[in-house]
Amino acid sequence: MSQATQDSVREDGVIASVSGPVVTARGLDARMNDVVYVGDEGLMGEVIEIEGDLTTIQVYEETSGVGPGEPVESTGEPLTVDLGPGMMDAIYDGVQRPLDVLEEKMNSAFLDRGVDAPGIDLEKKWEFEPTVSEGDEVASGDVVGTVPETVTIEHKVMVPPDFEGGEVVAVEEGEFSVTETVVELDNGEEITMHQEWPVRQARPAAEKKTPREPLVSGQRILDGLFPIAKGGTAAIPGPFGSGKTVTQHQLAKWADADIVVYVGCGERGNEMTEVIEDFPELDDPKTGNPLMARTCLIANTSNMPVAARESCIYTGITIAEYYRDMGYDVALMADSTSRWAEAMREISSRLEEMPGEEGYPAYLAARLSEFYERAGYFTTVNGEEGSVSVIGAVSPPGGDFSEPVTQNTLRIVKTFWALDADLAERRHFPAINWNESYSLYQEQLDPWFVENVEDDWAEERQWAVDVLDEENELQEIVQLVGKDALPEDQQLTLEIARYLREAYLQQNAFHPTDTYCSPEKTYGILTAIHAFNDEAFKALEAGVPVEEIQAIEAAPRLNRIGVQEDWEAYIEDLKAEITEQLRELY
Amino acid sequence: MKEYQTITEISGPLVFAEVDEPIGYDEIVEIETPQGETKRGQVLESSEGLVAIQVFEGTTGIDRNASVRFLGETLKMPVTEDLLGRVLDGSGQPIDGGPEIVPDERRDIVGAAINPYSREYPEEFIQTGVSAIDGMNTLVRGQKLPIFSASGLPHNNLALQIARQATVPEDEDSGEESEFAVVFGAMGITQEEANEFMEDFERTGALERSVVFTNLADDPAVERTVTPRLALTTAEYLAFDKDYHVLVILTDMTNYCEALREIGAAREEVPGRRGYPGYMYTDLAQLYERAGRIQGRDGSVTQIPILTMPGDDDTHPIPDLTGYITEGQIYIDRDLNSQGIRPPINPLPSLSRLMDDGIGEGLTREDHADVSDQMYAAYAEGEDLRDLVNIVGREALSERDNKYLDFAERFEAEFVNQGFDTDRSIEDTLDIGWDLLSMLPKSELNRIDEELIEDYYHEDAESVEAEA
Repeated sequence: MSQATQDSVREDGVIASVSGPVVTARGLDARMNDVVYVGDEGLMGEVIEIEGDLTTIQVYEETSGVGPGEPVESTGEPLTVDLGPGMMDAIYDGVQRPLDVLEEKMNSAFLDRGVDAPGIDLEKKWEFEPTVSEGDEVASGDVVGTVPETVTIEHKVMVPPDFEGGEVVAVEEGEFSVTETVVELDNGEEITMHQEWPVRQARPAAEKKTPREPLVSGQRILDGLFPIAKGGTAAIPGPFGSGKTVTQHQLAKWADADIVVYVGCGERGNEMTEVIEDFPELDDPKTGNPLMARTCLIANTSNMPVAARESCIYTGITIAEYYRDMGYDVALMADSTSRWAEAMREISSRLEEMPGEEGYPAYLAARLSEFYERAGYFTTVNGEEGSVSVIGAVSPPGGDFSEPVTQNTLRIVKTFWALDADLAERRHFPAINWNESYSLYQEQLDPWFVENVEDDWAEERQWAVDVLDEENELQEIVQLVGKDALPEDQQLTLEIARYLREAYLQQNAFHPTDTYCSPEKTYGILTAIHAFNDEAFKALEAGVPVEEIQAIEAAPRLNRIGVQEDWEAYIEDLKAEITEQLRELY
Repeated sequence: MKEYQTITEISGPLVFAEVDEPIGYDEIVEIETPQGETKRGQVLESSEGLVAIQVFEGTTGIDRNASVRFLGETLKMPVTEDLLGRVLDGSGQPIDGGPEIVPDERRDIVGAAINPYSREYPEEFIQTGVSAIDGMNTLVRGQKLPIFSASGLPHNNLALQIARQATVPEDEDSGEESEFAVVFGAMGITQEEANEFMEDFERTGALERSVVFTNLADDPAVERTVTPRLALTTAEYLAFDKDYHVLVILTDMTNYCEALREIGAAREEVPGRRGYPGYMYTDLAQLYERAGRIQGRDGSVTQIPILTMPGDDDTHPIPDLTGYITEGQIYIDRDLNSQGIRPPINPLPSLSRLMDDGIGEGLTREDHADVSDQMYAAYAEGEDLRDLVNIVGREALSERDNKYLDFAERFEAEFVNQGFDTDRSIEDTLDIGWDLLSMLPKSELNRIDEELIEDYYHEDAESVEAEA
């Protein structure tokens, strides 16, 4: 949480009532959404309703033992985050308190109350290298210098958006803490490496553009069939156990973004620990540096206070926007937005607001679209191009996609990866249902794939989609009469579709090689299956019985392409072998 | 301590009283009825001049003249190592006639959240001796793995089997004495069920390393909201202060949620799905998330909550919210049960999320992940084909399909069906897996590494069948 600067002394109040995370105070002079400190222990909270003399506050910490009569103090500032070098490789709770610092300050493995810590280390010295010199004109948003934040990320120090800008009159170079002035302007504005920004307000940008570049994820079904653009939005809904979190982790690990902000919103503690332990050991496929060097984690587990769960999404997107302003491509994973919506519902019901659908507040749809709208491919204030892609997991109760959170999300996002419990049960992972999922970015991204991978990228994809569609239809007949009752060509189609499912759509996230699949390899696997298809149908036409075609020894090797390091040679070899074995049959 | 005789309203489990001093949220209250009976409760809402109190033992006998005392502290659990071997009621009072408990410390029962940064990722394999769990849905130390069951199914026998057999093979090898304890929290179970558990604990000598909390079906429902917190506070103390590996069995979570709903209704809260309170996810998470390991501490808390799904429906809010918080689930299946399969675990919808990191070379065996994967796929395929067989008959199916059908049958009969008293080592479990997989042609084993197939596949599957 930000070290809110107390500019004006405001009047303090006293607690009037306490009910779980909702506290009312009397005599408090505060504005809507101001941060306040509640009770003798100074628990952090936020003003969410003002009615006459009575102010309603949602408290970000446990309120056990807090009673009426205790003081409430306003900071006079809305909930803000500290922005500056030191956010990469950090792990925060929902209100940007670094969890490692909290552990040290509380001297306990358990989270205590009433301890605050700034989001970035205010003492640490950073090597500041200016990119402006005296006499230069700078405007708000302009870069004035750089700091090597991690091995991967060069942090750009910018003129804060709420500064006017002007002529540079003094520039420093060397080691400074984030609170020390590094650039001074003629109008008296002093620029430090530290900015504060209210989380519920989007940071300004010059223009939002149509995204035309894919966020390559290294996952075949995503890149191949349902790609997301840099600056795009995607939703992953699915019942429990269908692999939402693994898919999110895979994206966080392999997506070709410059920066990853991972928000664990109301999810499991052990899962966050897995990320904390795994990521420092994994290499960024782009740079070879540790993944953590480009990652910021926000962990608000399900047993941490519900109000902080409500705010963690905003904390995450504000940090993402800040790096976007530097011209980076940022990917934000939110796991899960349903927990966020539930936190809204919980607080809304404590406020005794009139409920909308299924008890969710009437403003649910508005909040969701407000959040997803903060994604996009932007021209930033300083003329750079940067993007924020948002990938939100949704956890529909009972796996029923007709519930309000899924439905309201689908109205906004352009990519939909539907997870399927049936597929998960048969261990088809990623359990993304290819019949239900869609991506509205396909067409605007095809030119990129054509240019960077292969000319017939779109045609090959269409072929795969057609075969899978046909399989879907044939399966209905098979359910009634059995496979052997189908004509031979249809039986062969089913066989091809099986390879598409097993060799192409399935991908083993835990296999060291198969976990990441480049677009070239994705394409390669598809063409190998296509080649088998063509040869097999030729054989069929020449009168070879379908059983014999199915029985050729080489075909099952298609399923092994994914785990091959040297896949190019393997595919060439395999294609030749398949052709040879099939031609021997006639 | 001030006494009030200012009760203004009594409604279900709730009592409202006027006060002239500030009372803290969650504070403990004692209410003395005119008959001299003392009941305990907890502050649910506190505002100037008025508090709402939730009474654990029920409000029967309370009238407007009852006196109310505020103890000025939140509910605490007296913890000590001497609790091992003791039987307590649902609110933590000893009921086994043993000596008074002298606590080391009194701990707040609303445990603080473990800082995710301080956690240690669970990856120590626990061998339960049950193939369907060890082989397919491996349990690890610090995991929370619920049993999704339904009325009339033998979930208690399975829980007892796990409590009896659970070991960590590594420790045995190194000769290290692993201090193992069971904390058992019963909420609203019948006396008969409770007896079943107690008899088994006594028979196997497990009682001396157990702490038992029992809130029975005829005990006050509101007390059930406290019982699991007392149990978990005790478990955390034993694990993180006294280095025990604690297995917490909570049964039946459905009764706990019913009690939550009762309180919510009494408070006239806006209900969520099926009348359960909107904060049930958060509430359940505060229980389930108290499983885990902490860096630098030797102990661990592993949770096996049991819940009975109303109407066998896993989309009901209780199993649904549970599944979203816990790290997997074990399904008890009615069909398998009626076929006489013991334990009737259906591996297909079951899942252990922490399995992947707890198995493999050095932990269990190199082939574990692949074998499990392949068996899942093969069993799922066999299950699918059964529907088809009902329509077209077995003869209409290809040879390949028939092999899968045989596989599914033998999988249930040999792999899953082991009885409640058989303790299988992980090697046995995986070897049985290979016996079954060897029924299928090698080319079908597309999820297993080729080298592993060379090492483990039985070329001559016929002889295996003869053996079996």
